[in-house]
Amino acid sequence: LTVAAEASRRGRLKVFLGYAAGVGKTFQMLSEAQELKHQGVDVVVGYFEPHGRRDTIALCDSLETIPRKVVEYRDSRLEEMDTEAILHRRPQVAVVDEFPHSNVPGSPRPKRWEDVHILLEAGIDVLTTMNVQHLESLNDQIWQSTGVRVRETVPDWVVKQADEVVMVDLTPRALLNRLERGVVYPPDRARAALQNFFKESTLVALRELAMRQTAYVAESRQADKDAPYPAPATAAGLYGHERLLLVVGPAPSSAALIRRGRRVADYLRADCLAVYVAGTADLRELTLAERENLDRQLNFARGLQIETRILKGSDVAETVVNFARLNGVTHIFVTRQGGSVNRSWFGHPLMQQIVNLARDMQVTIVADRSIRRATS
Amino acid sequence: MSTHDDRFSRRDPEALLRDVEATERAKRRGQLKIFLGYASRVGKSFRLFDEGRRRHERGEDVVIAAVQPDAAPEILQIIRELEVIGCQDLGGIPVIDVPALLSRRPQVCLIDGLAYDNPPGSRHGKRYEDVEELLQAGISVMTSINLEYIDDQQDFVRELLGRTKAQTVPHDFINRADEVVVVDAPPEADSAIRAHQLSQLRQRALLLTADVVDQQLESYLRLNGIQSSWGTQERILVCMTPRANAATMLASGRRNADRFHGELFAVYVTQENLTPEDQMALDRNVTLARAQHARIDVLEGRDPVGVILDYARLHGVTQIFVGHNLRRGWRARISGTPLDRLVRDAEGMDVRVFPH
Repeated sequence: LTVAAEASRRGRLKVFLGYAAGVGKTFQMLSEAQELKHQGVDVVVGYFEPHGRRDTIALCDSLETIPRKVVEYRDSRLEEMDTEAILHRRPQVAVVDEFPHSNVPGSPRPKRWEDVHILLEAGIDVLTTMNVQHLESLNDQIWQSTGVRVRETVPDWVVKQADEVVMVDLTPRALLNRLERGVVYPPDRARAALQNFFKESTLVALRELAMRQTAYVAESRQADKDAPYPAPATAAGLYGHERLLLVVGPAPSSAALIRRGRRVADYLRADCLAVYVAGTADLRELTLAERENLDRQLNFARGLQIETRILKGSDVAETVVNFARLNGVTHIFVTRQGGSVNRSWFGHPLMQQIVNLARDMQVTIVADRSIRRATS
Repeated sequence: MSTHDDRFSRRDPEALLRDVEATERAKRRGQLKIFLGYASRVGKSFRLFDEGRRRHERGEDVVIAAVQPDAAPEILQIIRELEVIGCQDLGGIPVIDVPALLSRRPQVCLIDGLAYDNPPGSRHGKRYEDVEELLQAGISVMTSINLEYIDDQQDFVRELLGRTKAQTVPHDFINRADEVVVVDAPPEADSAIRAHQLSQLRQRALLLTADVVDQQLESYLRLNGIQSSWGTQERILVCMTPRANAATMLASGRRNADRFHGELFAVYVTQENLTPEDQMALDRNVTLARAQHARIDVLEGRDPVGVILDYARLHGVTQIFVGHNLRRGWRARISGTPLDRLVRDAEGMDVRVFPH
């Protein structure tokens, strides 16, 4: 019985959250690993990115490291974490740097956070690191303010499920000093970094976001502990329970709508659904490219744990609003363009028709965060 | 959060002037850096002394001016490596030796523990006032504080822990620090109640620091003439009209602001020829807004949508809540209406429409 309980125990995930390279995430993670080893815990390094930082490398020296796996990809030899080797070794705790990393195409799992989930399921505790700008729901905000589209993202629910998220704080001034002293990057890379993410205003803003995110995760975890059995939210229109409906389509602006809807739903602790209204059962009104884009958007929503539906109806607004009513939706989220392709048959954009029909609901027209405003 | 009131006119021209003056002053003044923790033993003191040691190794002139009793061995090790100008013991109370520090004039002075009251007859009543004098003399100070010792957190602390601290530091003093570092560590609690308390304190410490950082961000953007907002903090603007269902909008606005730990604003644009009924409705709405602790502003201008959007941009609003009258039926055109323009021009902001 003890063995069975042991085997079914899920590992604990601890995330060291920062806001830029060089704030000390990996250092703090490895310090903790050293501490654990000192206490007699069986710790291994599953993946570590040295970045040539001497203090951090020194911390790794006395820890057992699982060799990386060499992967051939398009004439180059790349190295990835060897998840299978870690599973085989079965440590109590594995240290895995750079949680948001995307694996080489053709890897068993596309994302490192998915590898980490395999380790957790096997009962191995994981310590990992990430920066706040890799959170999926902040992607548009980061793009709008920095011009950098972060490609390696982690869905918010993955971070929210972590057992602990600890903020690794360093002031931007101290970080910029470290950068100038060459602690973070070699000189040429440091100069490039100063042009991008390492602008002071960007660092200050990211730092604030990291603090708010850490507080938010702590709050959600505590809310779960304080009330482990929330009331079932099945009754439609149940007072106090909110349910968001995102009206999506093949347009790129839908991704921003999905991210924003997810974020608002998370903070309001509301349910979140996404729908597309199809004119025909086989989506023949869409071009092949549009169909592919629609699939991508719906997949993206599902990846963020949003239930998706394709509804059939000739009048998009009416179909959306009727569905919303039947399903106890309290808010409808639409983009300015309506998320649909040329479907404003009545002369009014979809958004306007929905506002007019949904008298018993709130309608949010989500800002188009895919447009970059002129900034610094 | 209790920080709503003092942060309102952040982007005003007067605020810009204050920033410029502050920048000028900062050139002569010492720099204040505060390590903020949510409880004792989260590692504030170590972070403070560790940075002091590293600065010393890089050639800065660092002096220790106050240590806490029962320092951990790794801290004692650092204390041995650095010069100490110790506190004077005045009837069992440690008091910073300001005259000795002023004549020694180090670049940086380490003061572990900011929230101390000095005994009567001291140079200053409070230790943070000693710190202020050192800063004015051009000496930089690094210090530490626990959230529980901040003055405006006392109601929260009393409610949570059933006790308060007699010796506190004004929140404003923390706000004016050049740098605030949050020393975070996951809570280690021996009971569910303690876990709850520590989690609450931790969230509060993170959000309080985030607010300090937010002010620094706004100030930085202002000084550099950058108009855009990062939207790091949610700010909700409720547009009140006599007919709008203001009670619902304000209640929802408050709920959303609280969930996001953001701010709530409520405005109305003055209109001529209001009927007495409309004026009464508007007055009622203002009362409701006040009850929801919204910041209330009355705006003037011939172009209500333009005035509202200017206000929203100035205050870094992320969501605008508006009412929409549907009495004319579903055929009612939105095109060309104020709502249509608001949606079109509210760049970077969500618009939430409440039917009425």
